[in-house]
Amino acid sequence: MIPLSARNVTHRFGATTALADVSLDVPAGAAVAMVGESGSGKTTLLRCFNRMIEPDSGDLFVGDGTVRSQDPIVLRRRLGYVQQHGGLLPHWTAAENVGLVLRAMRRPDRDAVSATMALVGLPIETFGSRFPRQLSGGERQRVALARALAGNPGALLLDEPFGALDAISRADLHDAFDRVRKRLGVTTLLVTHDLSEAAHLATVIVVMRAGHVEQRGTIADLRDAPATPYVRELVARALAKLEALEGSSA
Amino acid sequence: MIAWAVTCRFLAALGMTAVQDRPVIVASKPFGESYILAEMFAQLLEARGVRVERRPGLGATEILFAALRTNAIDVYPEYTGTGLVAILHDTASRDEVYRRVSQRFQQVYGILWLAPLGFENTYAIAVRSETAARYHLATLSDLARASPQLRAGFTADFTGRADGLAGLTRVYGMRFRAVLPLAPALKYQALASDGVDVIDGYSTDGLLARYSLVTLRDDKGFFPPYDAAALVGPRLARERPDAIAALSLLSGRIDVMRMRALNKRVEVDREDVATVARDALREVIDAPLGGAGVATRTRGRAVDRIGALAARHLLLVGIALLAAILVAVPLGLLLERSRAAAEPAIGILGILQTIPSIALLAFMIPLFGVGVVPALVALWLYALYPIARATYTGVRNADPEAVEAAEALGTTAAQRLLWVRLPLAAPVIMAGVRTAAVITVGAATLAAFIGAGGLGEPIVEGLALADTRLILSGAIPAAVLALLVDGVLALVERRLQPAHLRSKRRQAAEFGAISTRPSDRP
Repeated sequence: MIPLSARNVTHRFGATTALADVSLDVPAGAAVAMVGESGSGKTTLLRCFNRMIEPDSGDLFVGDGTVRSQDPIVLRRRLGYVQQHGGLLPHWTAAENVGLVLRAMRRPDRDAVSATMALVGLPIETFGSRFPRQLSGGERQRVALARALAGNPGALLLDEPFGALDAISRADLHDAFDRVRKRLGVTTLLVTHDLSEAAHLATVIVVMRAGHVEQRGTIADLRDAPATPYVRELVARALAKLEALEGSSA
Repeated sequence: MIAWAVTCRFLAALGMTAVQDRPVIVASKPFGESYILAEMFAQLLEARGVRVERRPGLGATEILFAALRTNAIDVYPEYTGTGLVAILHDTASRDEVYRRVSQRFQQVYGILWLAPLGFENTYAIAVRSETAARYHLATLSDLARASPQLRAGFTADFTGRADGLAGLTRVYGMRFRAVLPLAPALKYQALASDGVDVIDGYSTDGLLARYSLVTLRDDKGFFPPYDAAALVGPRLARERPDAIAALSLLSGRIDVMRMRALNKRVEVDREDVATVARDALREVIDAPLGGAGVATRTRGRAVDRIGALAARHLLLVGIALLAAILVAVPLGLLLERSRAAAEPAIGILGILQTIPSIALLAFMIPLFGVGVVPALVALWLYALYPIARATYTGVRNADPEAVEAAEALGTTAAQRLLWVRLPLAAPVIMAGVRTAAVITVGAATLAAFIGAGGLGEPIVEGLALADTRLILSGAIPAAVLALLVDGVLALVERRLQPAHLRSKRRQAAEFGAISTRPSDRP
């Protein structure tokens, strides 16, 4: 497992500042979630780690070296990646999709594909030959997760991987993901707009707003000592939603 | 490389041969008399053991003369008056015309006028006998007086020439109520059926008598003499005295009565040009024709001919299409990488598409001569646009999320292209290839106008001889061929379609998605 770290990263898209001097650490094997609204810069920072975006200034580290010192293709193969809508290749079967990274590295490995699919709860015998459009939304995201894991990456970058799912598939997938992550102990950086999801899946939460870090800490830290009114309100809203749910079920 | 080698072999098979044993290429203008004379030239040369290639009905004066100058053809029947006015833009007294053109052509172009064949074919401005009676028409001056009441139907050749409509208007002051462009073969029918009142006929036309038409006297002596003669290109004039000697046997041997009779046999009695030409040669040549006698052009049964033409048609289309795919697909991919250049570049290809095929083919002649090569280049140019456009669009629009995920997971650009973008774009590219194929099958019928053969050959010939059956014998197989090619490519398209898009699977997908849903739930 490898640590991820960002040091004073700044990036602009035209006149908009997406990231303003942001620093962040994900120790090896830890799970950190970035929470914020769209436009808060969380996805931009995530994509700086696998060099899908080259920031204007600052340094990012994956493992021991800066990302700039690493070949982007080699770097990306060390970092599993899942995006909101999965991005599965529609003309490849589930098993072929899961084997993508291994095939790209020219070492196809049917056993690794089979094992990884079993890990995410999709036995290859049943699901291996199905095309993405023959799968439910939750199954597609499981395939995407398996695809990110099959190359045995040092860390996972997850960009709203559960964002497009209905509540039930989502809760189901949370549990599955949590199981997998704990078993593999893989370093994880998760982007989500949902504080309760972040609290459920990560130990450290980084609240982002308008390109800077509002506060970082555990969910207890955020609840008990919110650094800004924004964090206070974010926590209050998540709690209200939770209470409303509990109230309705009671 | 292999494709290139195969293409080269095809080109060789299609008649691209080394210069030294190149056959003598005999061409004609697209009307009956020119066909007959050219066929007589060809058979006479063949009887003397000269290898001949025929390009009947190749085009109007400009195209034929351009081809002759560049040695793309070697000989065709021309008329002295046309040479003087339309090519040299000169004037001369009636007696001077032949001397003037033969001198000037030799000096300027190295082109040889053989001694005239013996008849004059001048323009014969013709009207129906009723029209002549009603307006008291006997001369062109009479016609000028009545012209505001009359509709004229003139061939493109006549309308475009200095010794045609323009000169006639200048000298006689014609002011027709309307001037309609007419195909040479249709003008007599148009006149007879009262579609027009005046046409430009030829004095040797076999149809003048048939429709009881009145030809008007050129009372101001506007038209120069149009003595028919063989016009011989520079290469043939220089290198083949044997061919010149053979062709000279016809000089002074065909008088106007004989030519009119020959024209009538072809235009009115619908006899085969080769047969008429063979009979004519038997009658006019008293010198021995050589051991082989007059060779007849073996045409075989009509079905065999159409089959051979269809095969050649397909070969032309196949080579042009293959070459277009080899260039347009990489071009589309390249453009996709530099999108700023893409729209202008595709726009230029699109403009090519708007050039009428016949004009594009004509542009090819100065560059590539006549025959297969210019036709292939023109067809290739036509096929580029739909394929390049489809490749560009297909690859650009290929599932952006899938492409991005593949990139973020560490695939190389080449892997993304081969595994993701091309397969996802394949149905769109294939649709472009299909469009290109159908366009090319259609456009290839026009290849016959520059001597490339194919199913356009009977169409061109039929248009020149007003023979509907001949036209249909090319047009119907061409239409069937277009449908067949489209159908075959539709099958290929279905086979190339990614598995996930096939309709059977689509139903399975819908069903599968529903039935697997519960497994998603706790």
